[in-house]
Parts: sequence; C-alpha cells; structure tokens
Amino acid sequence: MLEIKNICKTFNAGTVNEKCVFDGLSLKLEEGDFVTVIGGNGAGKSTMLNIVSGAYTPDEGSISIDGVDVTRLPEYKRAKYIGRVFQDPRMGTATDMWVEENLAVADRRGMRRGLRWSITNKDRARYKQVLSTLGLGLEDRLSTKMGLLSGGQRQAVTLLMAAMKKPKLLLLDEHTAALDPKTAAKVLEITDKLISENKLTALMVTHNMRDAITHGNRLIMMHGGRIILDIRGEEKKKLTVEALLEQFSKTSGSEFASDRALLS
Amino acid sequence: MQVILQWLGTLPGAAGQGLVWGLMAIGLYITYKVLDLADLTVDGSICTGAAVCAVLLTSGVNIWLAMLCALLAGMLAGLVTGWLHTVFGIPAILAGILTQLMLWSVNLLVMSGSAIVPITRLKYADKVLITSGDTDIYRTIVILAVFVSVIVAALYWFFGTDFGASLRATGNNPEMSRAQGINTNLTKVFGLSLSNGIVALAGALLAQQQGAAEINMGRGAIVIGLAAIIIGEALCPRLVTNFAIRLLCVAGGAIIYWFVFQTVVFLGLPSELLKMLSALVVACFLGIPYVKKTYFSKKKKTEVKRHA
Repeated sequence: MLEIKNICKTFNAGTVNEKCVFDGLSLKLEEGDFVTVIGGNGAGKSTMLNIVSGAYTPDEGSISIDGVDVTRLPEYKRAKYIGRVFQDPRMGTATDMWVEENLAVADRRGMRRGLRWSITNKDRARYKQVLSTLGLGLEDRLSTKMGLLSGGQRQAVTLLMAAMKKPKLLLLDEHTAALDPKTAAKVLEITDKLISENKLTALMVTHNMRDAITHGNRLIMMHGGRIILDIRGEEKKKLTVEALLEQFSKTSGSEFASDRALLS
Repeated sequence: MQVILQWLGTLPGAAGQGLVWGLMAIGLYITYKVLDLADLTVDGSICTGAAVCAVLLTSGVNIWLAMLCALLAGMLAGLVTGWLHTVFGIPAILAGILTQLMLWSVNLLVMSGSAIVPITRLKYADKVLITSGDTDIYRTIVILAVFVSVIVAALYWFFGTDFGASLRATGNNPEMSRAQGINTNLTKVFGLSLSNGIVALAGALLAQQQGAAEINMGRGAIVIGLAAIIIGEALCPRLVTNFAIRLLCVAGGAIIYWFVFQTVVFLGLPSELLKMLSALVVACFLGIPYVKKTYFSKKKKTEVKRHA
C-alpha cells in the first residue's frame, strides 16, 4: 500500500547545522497493515510521517501509495490518499469553525470544492450519526465551535475527519501524547475501532512502548534515521517492554534515549 | 439647541460616508478576519476603483459598466498581491505594500497623470448612482444600504459553499487545510482578489460621493477599515456567530466611526490631527487584548495548564 524507497533527507544542507536525518530509508506497508512506530528522540519518526504526507519533500528516493508515485505531489493533492492526525489537538481542526463545518471540510477531501452549499440537512444527519459512534455526546454539539471542545474530544473528531473518506493511508503522529492517560486510552480505542471497521492501512508513531505493543499487527523501531527492528504477526504478540528495550540496546549499541518513553 | 441641531445635521452625511467605508471594511474583513492576513493593498486598490470608475464615467461609459470595471481592476490588484505572496513567498504584509506602491503609478496612469479627476455634479448628476450633493443625501443612503445588503448577502452565500468554507479553513488553520486537501495558495489568492474587488467597488462609490477621484484618497484606508472592523466586533454580541450579522456589524462600525469623526470635527479638532486620532484609536483597540492578557491576567497559570 505504502512504499518508501531509499529516502534521503538532509536539513540545513551546507550550514553548520546540517543534519542528515535519512540516508536511504526504505519501508513497505501491505494493505491493512497497522504499524506502530517507536524510537528515541531524533530517530526520525515524525520526519518520516512528514515526508510521507508531503509536508517535507525528500532530497532523494520515492514514495508511492497504492502504486501511485506521489513523491512530487504537493501536500494538498496527496491528501486524497492520506488521513492525518497530529500530536497537538489544535493542529487537526479549524478552531473557529463549528464541529459540523470541520466535518464538511473533511468530507470534501479529494473532491472539487465548488459553489455547492456546504452543509445540507442530509449531510447534517450523516455527521450526527458518525459523531454518535464516538460515544462522547458530540452529536448534539454540531454547531459548537471546535475550539470549545476538550483536547480529547478534538482528537476524536480529527480521527473521524481523517477516516471519513476511507483514506488509503492513515498517519497518526503521537496523537495521544498531549492527552491525559484516561482520555488517551479512549482515543486509542476509537483509533482501533476506526481502523478495523474501515480496514485502513495505518502508521502510528507513539512514545508509549506498551501502546506500540498492544496495538497494530506490526511494530517498527527507529534509531538514527534507520529502521532497526521490524516485528510482526505472532512474534509481535509475544513482545514485552523489557524485551523491546533489550533488543534496542543490542541492535543500536546504545541506551534507549527517550525520557517520555521510559516514564510512561 | 442651535448647536445640537447643527450637529444632528451633520449625521446623515456621516451615515453616507460610513456606508461606503462600511463596504470597504467588509472587503477588508475577508483578508483581515477570514484569511488572517494583513493586506495593505487596499490603500491602493480603493483609489484604483475610484480612478477607473471616474475616468470611464467621464469618457461616457455607463455607470454600471464603469463600476464593474472598477471591481475587476481591484480584483486584479488583489491577484498581484496574492501571486507575490504565494508564488514568490513574500510575506503578505510586504506583498501588499509592494502592490500598493505599484498601484500608485497605475492609478496615475489611469488618470492620465493628473492627481484628480472630477465628476462634476452639474454634468453627471443624472449619470452617477449617488451624488455628492446634500439634497440627495437620503436617496444616497438608501442606495448605499442596498449595495451593502446585496454584497453581504452574496458573501454570506459564498462563505457557506464548499469553496467558501475552504477559504475560512485556510485562515483558521492552514496546516489542517492542506491535510484536508485544500490548495491554500489558491484560496489565499482568491480571497485577496475578492477582498480588493470589493474595496475597489467601495472606491468607485466613494469617487461618486466625493465628486472626484483623487490620487491620495486611499491613504490610511486600511486604518479606517480596521477601525470599522474593531468597532463592529465590539458591537456584535459574542454569541452571534452568523456571518451575515457579523458583516452588517462591521458596516455599522464604519457608520459609528464616521459619526464620531464628524462629531470631533464639529467640536473643532483641527483636521490635520484626524489621521493621528484614527491611528491612535486603532492602535489602542488592537493593543488592548494583548495588554489585558500580558499584564492583567491572574489566570495565567491555569491557562498554561489548559494548553499543556
């Protein structure tokens, strides 16, 4: 479904701050894969997602989604294939627009946005229905400004918006990191449900090792811009946090350097 | 008593002024509030609208056609700012300043090098839509009110459509908009163009109202427009989220601005100080929210917590 081939990316090339994040990164996702991504600080997890989404363009290499080469496609055109949820709950929605207006904006993803009246009563009924599946009571708050919802509610709506058009690929960039543990668990539960119901292919970056182990069918660990571990299927089900940490120090030759990951 | 009557006598004229500038402020609202861009093009494009309309009218073109051309000229000006901003990556505020400066030359060219193109009342009274005369003032007010209502209705419809919603989303959160497949460059260029078109239309009306197009008429226009928007926002109850009502409040804000302006003039403030006064008032209103938040906020800690 997703194929990242030999990506190279250097930031601030030619300056003292030159930083080569990737030097030949490759990754292939099969249809229906739900891959969790973990790694220490500066491992390149978010950069990888940003390259896939088109926020950054790679210096070399190619990215294709479902056989279509999207390497040179601008971010807004790739959106047709990709649903995204960001770490910051404020990032994923338009805070001054209503809940239903946000959903309508997402509902037209990949379509021509013309001069059709944006929200009809039929749309409204549909939005109500999908919101009710969240079980957060948001179906009664269609005309509430997005900014008045809590972080967890916003992430849940952003998830709905990302999954709405059944994207070929769902990118989740530490989307529960800014939430309290209880809300984070609820949002993860919604994530699982949306992915399995819509049979989505997903890439989820997380700093929480336990979450990385319990969710998805495949786990990759990144270090210094490389994928150093790729565990799937039965083998993944048997993983423990301790085993993962041990594997990490063995393959990378260093301690796992992420305070947040170790504390959570 | 006499004085009060005299003062009341200045109000209809102020209302007429206010409606024209209200239309201009509605145009500015699209960039300043909806797209979250400070667009300084308007200082030039309001004059462009006036110049195009006055020149065409005095060379015998029908007033409606002349005003349509003014609108299109304004849209073109906005397009240039939009291109400078999106294609060449120039910050919006600078792009606006550059276009504004270009427009100075363009406006002079349009007016064949003269600083003023008069629309003499005697000759054009039956050709213009509104006149500068005091005797027609109520007719002028009605016509302008219709103009404002039609533009507000059209904008209300537009911003309710899929494309209009994508403009609002762009101003609100460009990252999210791109993630949802919105070409934010296109929406910005279109918004700037639409905004300047409306501003130029206001310029065309202003030329008729003042009885002339004049090269300096746009100077400080953005400040008057901002003042109208700020007063309008203060007028509008917070709970009202209806876009049409918010726009009407902005027009109301412009009328209040001119009431205050006329009153200050009436009370004898030297006219040299008026621009200073406008700028100071706008500076105060723009600064108040920040000052409130930074120096007088007791809830600072909980604020931080909420966003963490």
